[in-house]
Amino acid sequence: MNGWEQSAITLATFLPAAGAVVIALVPGDRDRFVRSLGIVFTGAALVVGIVMLFGFDYGARDGLQFELNASWISAISARYHVGIDGISLPLFELTLLLTFLCAIYTYRILPSPGRPKAFLALMLLLETGMAGTFIAFDLVLFFIFWELVLVPMYFLIGIWGSANREYAAIKFFLYTLFGSVFMLLGFLAMFFKSNPHTFDIIDLQKFGAMGGFTRGIQLLVFAGVFLGFAVKVPMWPFHTWLPDAHTEAPTVGSVLLAGILLKMGTYGFIRIALPILPDAARVWAPIIGVLAVIAIVYASLACLAQKDLKRLIAFSSVGHMGFVMLGIATLTDIGVNAAVFGMVAHGIITGMLFFAVGSIYDRYHTRQIADIGGGMLQKLPLLAGIFTFTAIASLGLPGLAGFWGEVTSLLSSYSPSNLLVGAGHLTLFRALMVFGGIGTVLTAGYFLWMLQRVNLGTVPEGWRDQALPDVTRTEILAWAPLLVGILILGIFPRLVFGTTNDAVTALVRVFSG
Amino acid sequence: MTLLAQAPAGLGNPAIDYHAIAPELVLAGTAFAVLLLDVFLRRQRKWYAMPLSFAGVLGSLIAALTLIGERHETFGGTFVVDNYALLFKVFFLTTALVILLLSLRYFREGRYYQGEYYFLLLCSFVGMLTMPSSRELLMLFISLELVSAPAFLMAGLRKTDPRSNEAALKFFLISVLSTAIMLYGMSLIYGLTGTTKLAGIAEALAGPIGQSNLALAAILFVVAGFAFKVSAFPFQFWAPDTYEGSPIPVAAFLSVASKAAGFAGLLQLMFVAFLPRADFWTPIFAVLSLFTMTLGNLIALQQRQVVRMLAYSSIAQAGYMLLPFALAGNSAAVNRDAFAATVLYILIYGVMNLGAFAVVIGLAREAPGALISDFNGLSRRNPAAAFALTVFLVSLAGIPPLAGFWAKFFVFKAAITSGRALGAWLAIAMVVNSVISLVYYFGIVRAMYFEPVAEPVRTLRIPPLVAAVIGLALIGVITIGVFPPLFTRFPGISTLIGR
Repeated sequence: MNGWEQSAITLATFLPAAGAVVIALVPGDRDRFVRSLGIVFTGAALVVGIVMLFGFDYGARDGLQFELNASWISAISARYHVGIDGISLPLFELTLLLTFLCAIYTYRILPSPGRPKAFLALMLLLETGMAGTFIAFDLVLFFIFWELVLVPMYFLIGIWGSANREYAAIKFFLYTLFGSVFMLLGFLAMFFKSNPHTFDIIDLQKFGAMGGFTRGIQLLVFAGVFLGFAVKVPMWPFHTWLPDAHTEAPTVGSVLLAGILLKMGTYGFIRIALPILPDAARVWAPIIGVLAVIAIVYASLACLAQKDLKRLIAFSSVGHMGFVMLGIATLTDIGVNAAVFGMVAHGIITGMLFFAVGSIYDRYHTRQIADIGGGMLQKLPLLAGIFTFTAIASLGLPGLAGFWGEVTSLLSSYSPSNLLVGAGHLTLFRALMVFGGIGTVLTAGYFLWMLQRVNLGTVPEGWRDQALPDVTRTEILAWAPLLVGILILGIFPRLVFGTTNDAVTALVRVFSG
Repeated sequence: MTLLAQAPAGLGNPAIDYHAIAPELVLAGTAFAVLLLDVFLRRQRKWYAMPLSFAGVLGSLIAALTLIGERHETFGGTFVVDNYALLFKVFFLTTALVILLLSLRYFREGRYYQGEYYFLLLCSFVGMLTMPSSRELLMLFISLELVSAPAFLMAGLRKTDPRSNEAALKFFLISVLSTAIMLYGMSLIYGLTGTTKLAGIAEALAGPIGQSNLALAAILFVVAGFAFKVSAFPFQFWAPDTYEGSPIPVAAFLSVASKAAGFAGLLQLMFVAFLPRADFWTPIFAVLSLFTMTLGNLIALQQRQVVRMLAYSSIAQAGYMLLPFALAGNSAAVNRDAFAATVLYILIYGVMNLGAFAVVIGLAREAPGALISDFNGLSRRNPAAAFALTVFLVSLAGIPPLAGFWAKFFVFKAAITSGRALGAWLAIAMVVNSVISLVYYFGIVRAMYFEPVAEPVRTLRIPPLVAAVIGLALIGVITIGVFPPLFTRFPGISTLIGR
């Protein structure tokens, strides 16, 4: 049992990487076999993840579970320290689930130029990077996983993307790399200023909570890691890579980008920036809050102007991540809980939205709303129904998953942390709540308008006589867990809140003063 | 022989520790054997020189390995074999093996002067072997010239190509100029301190002599000479033209081995002899490092020719290697970190850059011009080579989890933990440069994977020896990347500094 406890995370994280190697070494052109291997490896990782769900102690107030802390690079005292807590768990499981569904989807659907071997190997490598980021408790290890996603995603966009793919791929790479190198310098500064020198996130959190870092150092280091995380989230004004990358990426790439990659940034804020640099977080929180709300409003206005369906969904991500960041900026347990919930909900919903948009494109071979021209409910009733359901979840309808993250986030900004109130930011945060609220209205507006233009009305001349196939079995298989998830998380938000709450409470304790 | 050994020390004929110089002796012997053999070989068999050289380098490597864990001093303490020297010797000899493997087919098919080439190559490597052992200015100078002089000729081996002539001439002229300056600096130092031994110079410079302007000028001159060797700004002009004009294996040799030799000497000079005046020369190195990396990267962005691009990339990489010099000072811990960071960078850079050059050499038969467009669609013509080159380029850009990341990481770490604002600023400059470098490294990746290739796809075959080098470098880059302690422990064992 002990061996299982220690190795479960490593197993789930590196099974996909091993799968990537196996798939790359499959000789010849055995298309179906390779695609099944993709399902097998992501499935195996998911099984490990699910078994972990049952072994996880939800009552534990504090500390890591499934922890393994082994020596790695003694020269710089970097260790292979992995573990999982209430904040990591939902994101880790989400990663394993979404990638598995992507593998199922890829079993039938793969954009030109095909080459399933390369596609799946890259996707599996990507999964290891994403999953690893959420369980690494050593800054060097965290950074390795963090950067591991860049090269696979670059190729996923660059080879299998749509028309403007090369530009989008290198832009994505350069933006995120630019942010993350400053983050690395921030990590090194943390190492240097901690006593004893350590890269261990838990130790650094303790050291930071004791006030080990001086205020000046904290502000500097926070600026460094802020760049890394903010580009990844992405926060306004660092978001410009996102619409390009999401729009040009193949469906699976967009699903994983929106579903998981963006969460790495917000997770970084919660796991590293806030607890290790609490004083700087207090100073930065109002700035983050303002940027978050600008993102919400800006994104919804941008969405109203979009003509490309996929680009619209991409921009909506900027807004949704704004709600997550607003929750984080309040520095309260409610806000951070809302943020984690928002991350999971956005992962499921927007992942599903990108799946749906990908399938719409497969039928119509266009993403322009005007060219689709409406009437999808008549033409493709099932697909249109699923699209409607997901879009409505995304706009935050009560009873579906999108609601809880956003409303709790707004709620938390009504009463931000006492420290922020003490610094005279109460009015600011209440104003942010109002603007965020306006954002939700706009969000509802653009989603409903989009549905009206795509789903309602009559089928235009051009499409009337074309036989467009409705949702296939593979698609249903890949989507069902997400659709069910949207409903279940909407009805039982406790499934996530109950998991995260203890860990979040422990984490924001430093801000309760 | 016995007479020589028994000669009284007072006559200036000190006892020679033959074990200590065994690697050099074996290599030098092989070099002359190669030259001799060449005379007796028929034209079709000239390539026999390569296996002979290979055996000689292997012998030298074994001789070097027998010295591990020992410390030898000979020639009155001017020639020292310690773990620092051995680390570099083993690195140089391994590099020599790789360059030989890369050379065989290229030179055989090109009908170059094979015997002479292998002779010159080995001679240059003899200089490299003596470089890290030289603890005295004259020895350092001789080593440096022994490294450089054969390289002039090697750069000009493609005699019928005007670019190769230009390469050799440019290389020669700039080298002579910088050598003259350096030699002048060395003579000043001898005049001031009364000694040519590095340790003695350090002692003298720590005293009042070190405060004189003349001493500072002397330091500056010596640094200039080595800055040429490692192609640092503003002495980098020769590198791109020379690399482009030289036979590609020679370019690989210049960008890895010859550059590393320059650093092996520079490290000793700065961290031993001139350390007392670090306050004077660290700002110089800060500027050198900053301009070298920035200039190299910005010009590399414009290149259409791969070897030329790799030349500018290697200039930029030299800038990264120079950065830790700017951190030196009074703190032994910081010095140790900085020293180790440069050494580690050189080692890892050698592996990944040789790998990249190996792929270019693999393409040399059909694309002697080595334009970036020659790499179009390589992912379909030879997926393994495209994958390998991608790994090398990603590693050169410093993206984890590959070896190049750790090279950069240790430089960053040394810079940040030096606790000085200068270190932090240089680190920031370096991370920005790393991001810029990604653009041109990925220009090749883009060509290989995103550019279409003419149908029907012609498979590209890579010669087995070159493929073996690519494979080894690939394994190296990935294993070091995943498990860096394999390499990171090497610089730490060096006892040259931190005594």
